[in-house]
Amino acid sequence: MNPIMLFIHKTGSPPWFYQKTGYLIPWLWAIFLVLTAIGLYLGFVKAPVDYQQGTTVRIMYLHVPSAWMSMMIYGFMAIMGFIALVWRIRMLEVLVISSAPVGAAFTMIALLTGSMWGRPMWGTFWVWDARLTSELVLLFLYFGVIALYNAYDEPRKAARAASLLSIVGAFNLPIIYFSVEWWNTLHQGSSFGGDGPGIHPEMLWPLLIMATAVKFFYGANLLTRARLTLLKQDHRKRWVQDLVSEEH
Amino acid sequence: MTPTRKRRLIGVLVIIIGVGAASVVAMKALNENMLYFWSPSDVKEQSVPAGKRIRLGGLVAGGSVSRAPDSLEVSFIVTDGAASIETRFDGILPDLFREGQGVIAIGEFSREGYFQAAEVLAKHDENYMPPEVADALEKAGHTESGQ
Repeated sequence: MNPIMLFIHKTGSPPWFYQKTGYLIPWLWAIFLVLTAIGLYLGFVKAPVDYQQGTTVRIMYLHVPSAWMSMMIYGFMAIMGFIALVWRIRMLEVLVISSAPVGAAFTMIALLTGSMWGRPMWGTFWVWDARLTSELVLLFLYFGVIALYNAYDEPRKAARAASLLSIVGAFNLPIIYFSVEWWNTLHQGSSFGGDGPGIHPEMLWPLLIMATAVKFFYGANLLTRARLTLLKQDHRKRWVQDLVSEEH
Repeated sequence: MTPTRKRRLIGVLVIIIGVGAASVVAMKALNENMLYFWSPSDVKEQSVPAGKRIRLGGLVAGGSVSRAPDSLEVSFIVTDGAASIETRFDGILPDLFREGQGVIAIGEFSREGYFQAAEVLAKHDENYMPPEVADALEKAGHTESGQ
């Protein structure tokens, strides 16, 4: 068996996954906490205020990482869902469905912090421009994936339906990303890769640190959820029973 | 790859291509409606009738803002460089409103030809910097106008 298939088969085995992620999760939480502490300190205490926005610019350190995560997690779900559908790998089905609540939470944070910023800066909490609307559609797609999964009694069937919706919904991702270029929007364009000054380095660093921190949050949260889902699905299986008897 | 997996792969790919094509067609059809605002040039070209509610977006022309001394009434010119439109507004402007700033005015054209805004939103640009850097840039001759 080639090493790639071997790795897939190993990680695809619930007892192996359960045991190894058990060691990994505390480290992910620790790195998340350290990076968040540094990022929040730099962003909310050390970083300078903006020449136009004043101190309101600090909302960016929560808003932008959350918005990036909302899209990245959905992208992961689509890729994992695709592999899960074609190769029927159960572990990936579990990861798809465990990602959805985390992604939905980040989408909500992005929308809420965005409207908190919009009220003083734009003069409104909400407008129906292409960027805001497509991000709201993303939230509903997450809700759709969760609802579809819960609509079935049989978890494997449920996960396949949810995977399919993840793949189909992924077409919203380029729409969100390019909305500010394709159409006139109230939302500003991307600060990266433009010809303007973009983001000053003293503001960019806390932003990048926060963006890295939330990735560890996703990792820790996702793996914890996936372990719980495995325990629930396999509660009659031998490895779970062994695990429970070990604890007692 | 086993025949079953190949069959599933083709099935999923067909769905992806189908949905992809459908969303491209939908985007093309919606293109006009997805525009959040009209620029002054768009408005001049299309001759918007008086009383039709639109969103007008552009920069506040430098030196064009004049405020009434005893009320909130303000008038300014919205421009995109090519065309300019006189705009009037009676209400509270957002913090970012200033000359050179990108704004979106929601309202309609009056019979007299000026644009009567019922609401004015400020558009922020994608540049973030401390005040000292902004000053330095301005001294070096860069414009700091929003849009």
